[in-house]
Parts: sequence; structure tokens; C-alpha cells
Amino acid sequence: MPFIPHTPLDQQQMLEVIGAPDIEALFDEIPKGLRAEKLNQIPAGISEMALGQMMNRRARQDEVDLCFLGAGAYNHHIPAAIWDLVARGEFMTAYTPYQAEASQGTLQLIYEFQTMISRLTAMEVANASVYDGATALAEAMLMAVRANKRNRSKRILVAGNIHPQYLETCRTIVKPQGLTLDVLDYDPRTGRVDLDSDRVQDAAALAVSYPNFFGGLDPVDRLTDIASAAGALVIGVVNPTALALLKPPGHWGENGADIVVGEGQPLGIPMASGGPYLGLMCCKKQIVRQMPGRIIGRTVDQRNRPGYTLTLQAREQHIRRGKATSNICTNQGLLVTAATLYLSLMGNEGLRQVALQSHAGLKNLVGQATAIPGVQARFEGPVFHEQVLELPVLAEVVVRKMAERGIVPGFDLGVVDAGLDHCLLVNVTETKTGEDIDAFISCLNAVIQSEMSPC
Amino acid sequence: MLIYERSRAGRQARAQYVSAKGLDGQIAEDLGEHLRQSEVGLPEVSELETVRHYTNLSAKNFAIDRQFYPLGSCTMKYNPRGAHQVASLPGFLNRHPLAPDANSQGYMACLFELQNYLKEVTGMQAVSLTPMAGAQGEFAGVAMIRAYHAKRGDVQRTEILVPEAAHGTNPATAVMCGFTVREIPVTNDGDVDLEALKAAVGPATAGLMMTNPSTCGVFERQVQAIAETVHDAGGLLYYDGANLNAILGQVRPGDMGFDVLHMNLHKTFATPHGGGGPGSGPVGVGPRLVPFLPTPMVGSSGGESPTYRWLDHKDCPDSIGRLSCFMGNAGILLRAYAYARLLGGEGLHRVGEYATLNANYMAKSLEQAGFTLAYPTRRATHEFIVSLSKEAKNQGVTAMDFAKRLLDYGFHAPTTYFPLLVPECLLIEPTETESKAEIDGFVSAMAQILEEARVEPERVTTAPHTLPISRLDDVKAARDLDLAFSEVAEG
Repeated sequence: MPFIPHTPLDQQQMLEVIGAPDIEALFDEIPKGLRAEKLNQIPAGISEMALGQMMNRRARQDEVDLCFLGAGAYNHHIPAAIWDLVARGEFMTAYTPYQAEASQGTLQLIYEFQTMISRLTAMEVANASVYDGATALAEAMLMAVRANKRNRSKRILVAGNIHPQYLETCRTIVKPQGLTLDVLDYDPRTGRVDLDSDRVQDAAALAVSYPNFFGGLDPVDRLTDIASAAGALVIGVVNPTALALLKPPGHWGENGADIVVGEGQPLGIPMASGGPYLGLMCCKKQIVRQMPGRIIGRTVDQRNRPGYTLTLQAREQHIRRGKATSNICTNQGLLVTAATLYLSLMGNEGLRQVALQSHAGLKNLVGQATAIPGVQARFEGPVFHEQVLELPVLAEVVVRKMAERGIVPGFDLGVVDAGLDHCLLVNVTETKTGEDIDAFISCLNAVIQSEMSPC
Repeated sequence: MLIYERSRAGRQARAQYVSAKGLDGQIAEDLGEHLRQSEVGLPEVSELETVRHYTNLSAKNFAIDRQFYPLGSCTMKYNPRGAHQVASLPGFLNRHPLAPDANSQGYMACLFELQNYLKEVTGMQAVSLTPMAGAQGEFAGVAMIRAYHAKRGDVQRTEILVPEAAHGTNPATAVMCGFTVREIPVTNDGDVDLEALKAAVGPATAGLMMTNPSTCGVFERQVQAIAETVHDAGGLLYYDGANLNAILGQVRPGDMGFDVLHMNLHKTFATPHGGGGPGSGPVGVGPRLVPFLPTPMVGSSGGESPTYRWLDHKDCPDSIGRLSCFMGNAGILLRAYAYARLLGGEGLHRVGEYATLNANYMAKSLEQAGFTLAYPTRRATHEFIVSLSKEAKNQGVTAMDFAKRLLDYGFHAPTTYFPLLVPECLLIEPTETESKAEIDGFVSAMAQILEEARVEPERVTTAPHTLPISRLDDVKAARDLDLAFSEVAEG
């Protein structure tokens, strides 16, 4: 019996102590008519070896040679030490650190994580993470409505160049509490948003993405100042790798952003079909009591030694029930472990090199691609490691044809906006060599040539 | 010592660098006003220092791989290494979430089959795998109840009923979904007070959320009458799958009359808890709620060699929508799928049997050792409650003291002070993967602590004595908030 250690003798002795004739008798409080038939629709168990063989076949089926997809999940190098350590049973098979004395490993690690993330974003406080970047943004919107004491608005102004799947997620999560999402159109020439103070009057918050979904950089200083002056909180959605080079949200405008969220996946987490990842979440200290999720604090034990514990638990569901800031119980503990190891191994210089190399790789790719007749950069202005290419043929066709040749070239923006059906969102990270980029270019060239040539 | 306290300016883990030499000059021109001017603020340590620091930290954790972890309602069973290994195959780890369907058939086949297994286990008509934890599954479930009533124009249903023994997430979720919460009392033998429920239901009732077995560690015997009462009033029935391990293969929520449920794959399907996440909380629904399931889901062409594709809002226009940027905690879903394949239908059926055998044996053994069971006349399910009211009154030794002293004996503490309606309680869940010998060891430790409480109570009330720290000052932690390290001396 897989994973059940009982011998027949154990079982017999246990039933004797209970005073039951057999295991079936232990279910005698369940009404007879409700007892289930056998689980016939689930195949018979297989061995670990057979499972491995089957799963190997399936995993190999999904492999591609080169992938230039970004759009919210990024293929960075993951140092070997990270998952070796993360996979230790002491991290992997521990539960939520409710018993602080038996969980100092996880608790101290989260305190270090909170320190790293608050420094990277230049924010005062970070929590122990939420599910992913998209849900972090939804939680930030709910938090902003609770925390904004200058108005009682439930309207959130959202930059229209935010990740469309973040926007969908937010709609699902915030709609039942009566929030409205007011989407700010982006400039069709630059892909960036701008703001006048009338538009932001009586909004609880402004949410802006940096970089934006198209890879570009919005005027965050100006947006922050206009929104703050109008009494709205500022929510920044950031890429943590980019912050090695970009102005951190704590320093935007005069006063900085109020709440900062982001997807932590680029920090040592494999792309793995979209999860598990981790949602980063930070805020100014004055509104920390409205922040959802776990927060670790440093304190002392009875002998005055430093120790770490879950704190501000009066915000959470297991204490406050219906009055909690959120129903969230977990953080993404294991992924926090990976991200903390990643930031520790990379350090300031390592993270900066990853960001620089990714940026330079993208510039190389875009420079070569726009030399192909009919291909151009869709939007003007500075970018980090992702950019939109406008193609002379449908992006959907280019993605399909290039994928048949083993290169997934990027994200077909026609999927989210019919007006952008010739546009491809391309990402380059430090994992792409010059040869990889050359292979992309010659493949793209070949596909465009064959599509453009008269039959 | 913190990793920051090991940091020395200029110390580097050079193997991790990608050498972006010569790019520094250009970047200021490329980014202009966007360029970061301030320090990034990460620690500067070597690779060995990092590895040693975090390996040593890991040793300060209790974990299933090291200790018996009978945390009630959390189902801390063994997490098979085989499931972890296959979910970590390069083809799965390197698959981008937006990869074309043609490059995703292996992954989608696993998910499609898992959807079907979960339907079979729960007796539900359809399953969506996307919720990323139990709490998000609950949110999805209650949001579907809301969408169902709204679609019918039945908008005066603003109330969710919750038994008082429920997990804190139930009322918190109902509020997140825009409902008001009404708590229903529980009788002295652990069942829902049916008369109180009948008095509470009405035209404002959107639904009832409950767990069965309940958090009292007993099976709710009147579940059919409860379902009838709520359905007759026009409400829907939500099943919180936190305790599904108890009844796996024995009785199915769909057959009990539930319209919607979530499962915790990190409990019932043995995926690792990871120090507090990731979880995974798929939702299953009966016929009335199928159109409202969250997206994306996996659809199949059917036939001998099926092809799979994502079902999104175009296929499911009434869906409550998306719950994550991509598709839930995919890696956890793969582990749960692997677990189901290793066990098969027979093995899953045995989970419920042996989880129940272990809990009943342990409850009886503790009772024989002198402990008071909260519901001594009832069968235990996969878990049960010991109340230490007597010991607290007579010796001044509380449930928390027992919990802390158990750590000294090398056992993780059971859940303490939950459910709230039983004073000084320990909620104990051994799971099916523990042996009789392990359970006997725990019972004997409990008996020794009981003896210590009689002869030397301070030994218990000041525990733990053998761990890296003693009990922490939680009041100070909340009052003098210290949430991030600062090199500047505090003053």
C-alpha cells in the first residue's frame, strides 16, 4: 500500500484498542445511503518507475528549442544552489510557522526576504508574499480603498497598458466588493499613459505598471505627483529584475508610491506553466495595518535573544474572521525561499548584470529585426527587456510558423487586442546568446519572406 | 545572525554573474530619467556563505521529513519524492505559461485527467483547477453562488450562513464576495443545530458554507436534512474541502447534496506545504453552477488520441473570470496528478480508511492515558479534539503549554485553540502515513507531559527548553514593529 505503513498485526491491534471489528465499522456514523462506490473512474495505481517513464514522455513533448515569450513570466538563469536548497525537506515539508520556536528557519528567512524586497523597491514595509503578481494587484486595490482616508471612493484608475490578464484577475476579485476599475487609455503612438488631475479626482487609487505590458516606461514621477495631489493612493506594479536599473517606486515623484506589487517569478523561479510563483507586496509603514497576508516581525524571547514571529495577526482571517483584511491564509513560502536565495546569490552587482544583459540583448534583437523590411518598433520611447514589434504579416501566423521551427518568438498581441494583430511582444533575457538572437532573426526573416511572396 | 550581517561590501558570488561589461555607459543614455540613482541594498556574500547560511536556517525548522506533525485540519502527510521529481522535469519547468497549445499537449493531458479524477472523487459534474489555494477556491465557490443568483435576478440573497465551528476563512471569504455572514450554533455533540438553521434560512439566504467532517472532528450526521433545508429556502450548499482526507473514497460531497466545493490539494493530494505555501484549491460544481466556473480550464477533443486546448471566457461567457495571471499553481497540480496516479482509485480509497483508523486509535489511546476527548461518544474522523480544561484549572497548564512541551519531545504541536467553541483544545490529525509506533510515541509523550504537569508544572509552562529560542514576546513584536533589517543602530 503506497505510503501507508500498517502491517496486518498493527491494524489488528489498533482495531482491538478502538473496539471495532473492522475499518468499515469506523464509518458507521455516515448514513448508509451516502456511502460511495469504488472510485472506478480513476485508473489503478502505477509504480514510481512507470510514472517517471510516462511523465518523461509528456514533458519531452512540450520542449521547445528557444522561447522569446515574456508577458509576465521570464526565463532567467536559475543558479544551481537555489533549488538544491529549496528542495530540502526542512523547507519543503514544513507548514505555516504558527509555532515560532519550531519555525525559526522559515521565519528568519522571510524577515530577510522582507528586508531585500523593501530595499529593492525602496518601500518601508514588505509582506511575506501573496499568490502571484495579478492577485497582489487585486489585493492592493482592495487595500487602497480601505487605507485611503482622504476619500471614500471605490473607483480605481488603472493604466490601460497594464498586463491584460492582471486586469481580468482584478475584475474577478474586486468586483464583488463594489469596486470599479476605470481604465485609462494609452497613447497609441508611445504605448504610455498620461493623466490630468480631473480624471483622478475622487479615485481611491491609481495603478500603474513599470515597465508596462508593452515593455515601455511610463512617466511615473509625473503620474505619482498628479495622483497624490488629487488624494489618490499610488499603486506601482513592478518587475523586480528591472528595479536593478530603474527608479524604485519608493522614490517616484515627491512622495513615492503608496503600495507596490509585482510578480516575483524572475527571482529564481522556473516558468513552470505559470505557477507556483509569488506576489510581491509592499507599502508605506503608516498603512501597514491595512496590508493583507502574513508579516514577520523581529522580537525577543524570554531570555532576550532575537527571534522572529508572525505579527499583526489581528488583520488575518484566523483571528478576525469576517472582519479580516483578506481571506488569504498562505503566502508562497517555498517560492519566497527561492527568491531570497536568488537575491542573496546575485547581490547588487549580479542582479544589475542580469538586468543590463537582458536590456542589451533586447536592443540587439530589435535592432536586427527592424532592419527587416516591413518590421518596426510599434511604440516609441525607452524600454527595459521587452518590446512590441509590428510585422508586415499577422503575428498569429508568425508565432505558429516559427514555433513549427522550434522557436516561440513572443506573444501575439492580437489575442488581447484585435487592433494589434500584427504586433508581437518580444522578450530577451540574459539566457539568450548572440547566436540565439541570430537564429530568431533568420527564422523571422524566412517566415516573413514566405508569407509575403506571391503564391 | 542575518544574511545581511554576513555581508561585506564588494564580496561577490561571481559564478552567478553574466558579465555585462561595457554596457554601463550606454544604460544611462537609454533610460534617462528612469535610471536608478540609489543603492539596490542586497547583501554581498559568497556562494558558500549563502549555502551555509540557509542550510543552517533550514535546520531550525520542524518539518514532516523530520518530525511527526499532527496538526489538526492541515493534513500533514508524507509528500512523495516521486511526485516532486516528475513535476520538476525540464519539459515542465521550462514550459512558458503562454506557450502555444501545440507545445503544451503533455502538460494539458495531465491537467485534463486530473480534472476528471477530482470529479470522480468528489461526485461533482465539473472541475476548474485554477484557484491557487484553499482560500482562493472558497472565493471562487462563493463568487459562483453569487453569480448564479444574479443570473436569475434573485438579487435579495445577501446572506451566507456559516456554522460557528467553521474555519475563519469561511466568513472572511463570504465578506470578500460581498455577502453578510450569519453564524449558526453547533450542538453539544458537534452537529449543526438544525432548528437554529431552519429558523435562520429564508429569502435572504444565498447559501451555507460547511465542512464535513466538521472542524469538531466528527461527521455531520444530518447533512441530508441540512441540504434539504437550505435548498428548500432557495440557497446553495458550499463544501469546504479542508477535511476531505477523512472521507476520500468513502462518501462524496456531491452525493451529500453539495452544489460547490473546493479541495486542498496540498492536504488531500500530498503536495508539500513549503513553509506556508504554495497551496492549490481546485473547485468542483454540480449542474447548476457549471457555467460559472473560473477560467482557464482544459478541454479535450475526445477520441483515441485527443488534443487539448484552453477553455477561456469565449467558451464560458458566464464564468466568474480569471483568478491568476496564468493558470493557477501549475507545478502543484502536476504533483497532485502524480500522487493520484501512484495511488490509483484503490489507493485513494485506502487514504480515507487509514486516516480514520489512525485518528480513532490515537483518540482511544489518549483517552486511556487520562485525557478528555471533546466528543467521547462520537467516532473520530481523520482528526479529533482533546480538551485540557481540567488540566488548566487544576494544574494551571494550558493547551498552549502542552503544545510547546511537545516540541521538546520532538513532535510538532497539534492545532491549538481551534475550533473556538471547545476551551483549551488540541485538534489532532495523525494522517494515514504515520505508523502505529509513531502514534504510540506521541501518546506516550503526552502521558509524560501530563505527569510533569502534576509534579513539576513549571517544566511545562516554560517550555520549550531544547529549541533555538524560547517563547517570544509577541506583544513587543506588534508594538515595536521591526519588519526589515536596518544596519543603523536602533535608538
